[in-house]
Amino acid sequence: MDATPTATLPPAKGQPRAVTRPGDRIFFGLTRGSGILLLLVMAAIAAFLTFRTFSAVSQDHGNFLTTFEWNADATPPVFGIAVLAYGTIVSSIIAMVIAVPVAIGIALFISHYAPRRLAGALAYVVDLLAAVPSIVYGLWGALYLVPRMQGLTAWLNEYLGWTVVFKQSNPGTAARSLFTVGILLAIMILPIITNVSREVFRQVPKAHEEAALALGATRWEVVRTAVLPFARSGIISASMLGLGRALGETMAVATVLSSSPVLTAHILDPAGGTFAQNIASHFGEATNFGRDALIASGLVLFVITLLVNGAARLIIARRKEYSGANA
Amino acid sequence: MSAVTQDAPTSPQLHAVLTHRRLPRWAPFGIAVGAVALGAAIGLGAGLTSHVQWGLIALVLFVIGTYAITARVEGRRQARDRVATSLVWACFVVAVIPLYSLVETTIADGLKVLNTDFLTHSMGGIIPTEAGGGVYHAIIGTLEQVGLASVIAVPIGMLTAIYLVEYGRGKLAQVVTFFVDVMTGIPSIVSGLFILSFWIIILGFGYSGFAGSLALAILMVPVVVRSTEEMLKLVPNELRESALALGVPKWRTILRVVLPTSIGGILTGVMLAVARIAGETAPVLLLVFGNQLINNNPFSGAQSSLPFYVFEQYSLGNQYAYDRAWAAALVLIAFVMILNLVARGIARWKAPKTTGR
Repeated sequence: MDATPTATLPPAKGQPRAVTRPGDRIFFGLTRGSGILLLLVMAAIAAFLTFRTFSAVSQDHGNFLTTFEWNADATPPVFGIAVLAYGTIVSSIIAMVIAVPVAIGIALFISHYAPRRLAGALAYVVDLLAAVPSIVYGLWGALYLVPRMQGLTAWLNEYLGWTVVFKQSNPGTAARSLFTVGILLAIMILPIITNVSREVFRQVPKAHEEAALALGATRWEVVRTAVLPFARSGIISASMLGLGRALGETMAVATVLSSSPVLTAHILDPAGGTFAQNIASHFGEATNFGRDALIASGLVLFVITLLVNGAARLIIARRKEYSGANA
Repeated sequence: MSAVTQDAPTSPQLHAVLTHRRLPRWAPFGIAVGAVALGAAIGLGAGLTSHVQWGLIALVLFVIGTYAITARVEGRRQARDRVATSLVWACFVVAVIPLYSLVETTIADGLKVLNTDFLTHSMGGIIPTEAGGGVYHAIIGTLEQVGLASVIAVPIGMLTAIYLVEYGRGKLAQVVTFFVDVMTGIPSIVSGLFILSFWIIILGFGYSGFAGSLALAILMVPVVVRSTEEMLKLVPNELRESALALGVPKWRTILRVVLPTSIGGILTGVMLAVARIAGETAPVLLLVFGNQLINNNPFSGAQSSLPFYVFEQYSLGNQYAYDRAWAAALVLIAFVMILNLVARGIARWKAPKTTGR
């Protein structure tokens, strides 16, 4: 681990500096090299995906952005990402609408409401749940959640069907819809959003909370006036991390959703698809060209998640400077 | 003297001002019981079959009831506070139900076919629609792929973290930090597609466990970097300075002083990263291709892995396959949880002492 393996490497080239020894330069080169390697991998991912994408999209006989169906292996190949983009965004929005408030609630519960012993145990359990593999959620969603969604779906269709969104085209079909997928994704991203939010809530200056309490605020008023404003950017970035997960989730969607090239506002209908699900379910029978087409859709997903995650990180970074000035 | 005599008559009034009517301590519990009872009654009366709906009705009744009763007795601010409290509790309960059900279902259904035969046999010669078979080949696949991925990712991740903490100043370090963060969010299927286009389509290698581990390594590196970075930052600067003052070269300071001090936390991070990639299905689906038989060589030919096996059995769509899928899911969860618990054990055992700083 120490001197011997590194010493046998050839010394790194470059300007010899004043007091640096060869070992220092080699080690510095190694660490810097692996940092650069990471950047290269990121660049390579973008480059290779883009490269394959061009070869696929140039032969697309549909419009890559607006075509509904995915027949990349047909002659001529016709495929587009309209349904996939729609499905990915809709299912993620459903997941976020459910998961963010609930996650903030759980995080508040752990940080401000629960008895101390329960809070510790809970934080631990939430940590563990964040590690449950997505395929297990997928299996549970498909075999356990889907049959139990039937009642709720029927109820929504009956009483909220007039909103169009909750209308079912064929009442009584299995609930393998974007709505169920959204709920499953919400359950999956709950632990991660909770974890990050809890960390942020813990960092709220005690003085702020005590000041609010001293002014006679109730616990809720403390949370509303001291905790939430301080934690706002942290909550946003936690949500965006969760959103990144939801956008790229493959297996849970592939097992639950009954996909079809239909773009519909009826989110209870078993129809639609997502980027990741489409790749997983079409990959098995894809030809070489079909694989390129799937890579093209993967590039779109990559760019979307890159933007979402980048935005989340920038928000966190800004917050660090902000709170540093305050501390 | 006079002050005392003046005080005496006012104090009951003062007392009346400073206190106000409060609900008894058991009030939230009472309202909850009432709401659940009423919710169940409405559910039964309206003939709703789904218990989820009963629960939701009870929840709504509980919130409304709490607000109304508290507003009457204690005032509106207190009422809002209580509603917020009950909503926070409700969030907790709402979240616990599915997560508990997930664990409970996996354990209950998984134990049906889980036995030593299941753990020590592959699917070779098993008709998919019949009982029997096991996960031995998948366990081998998971262990080898995750092991190879760790061999690639851990050194790169640790070296990058060392660069960021010990050397990193200026633009390059900032860019690396940013992209490590962004890399954490790469969907597993995208890293699978990258290795597919690079390793299999362009370089022309076949499907193999190793191709899968390359994709898993991409997912693992940022996690290792982040956790190692956090741990290295916890090492007190005095340690580095004393080593350097004794004339120890910087690289030996890092290897012999900084790393041993933080090795516990780093190991924890590595094991959490291993736990994360052990459950990844998508890259395996794209790159390892799945196999019914035992393939001990990760460098050539298709393999299986535990998460892939779960998906494969689920896709077969018959009861025996579902049973196998649950059992494999249980094995997978157990594997991941054991890694997690070991990681936390190491963290507690080797926690850096922060009190001395």
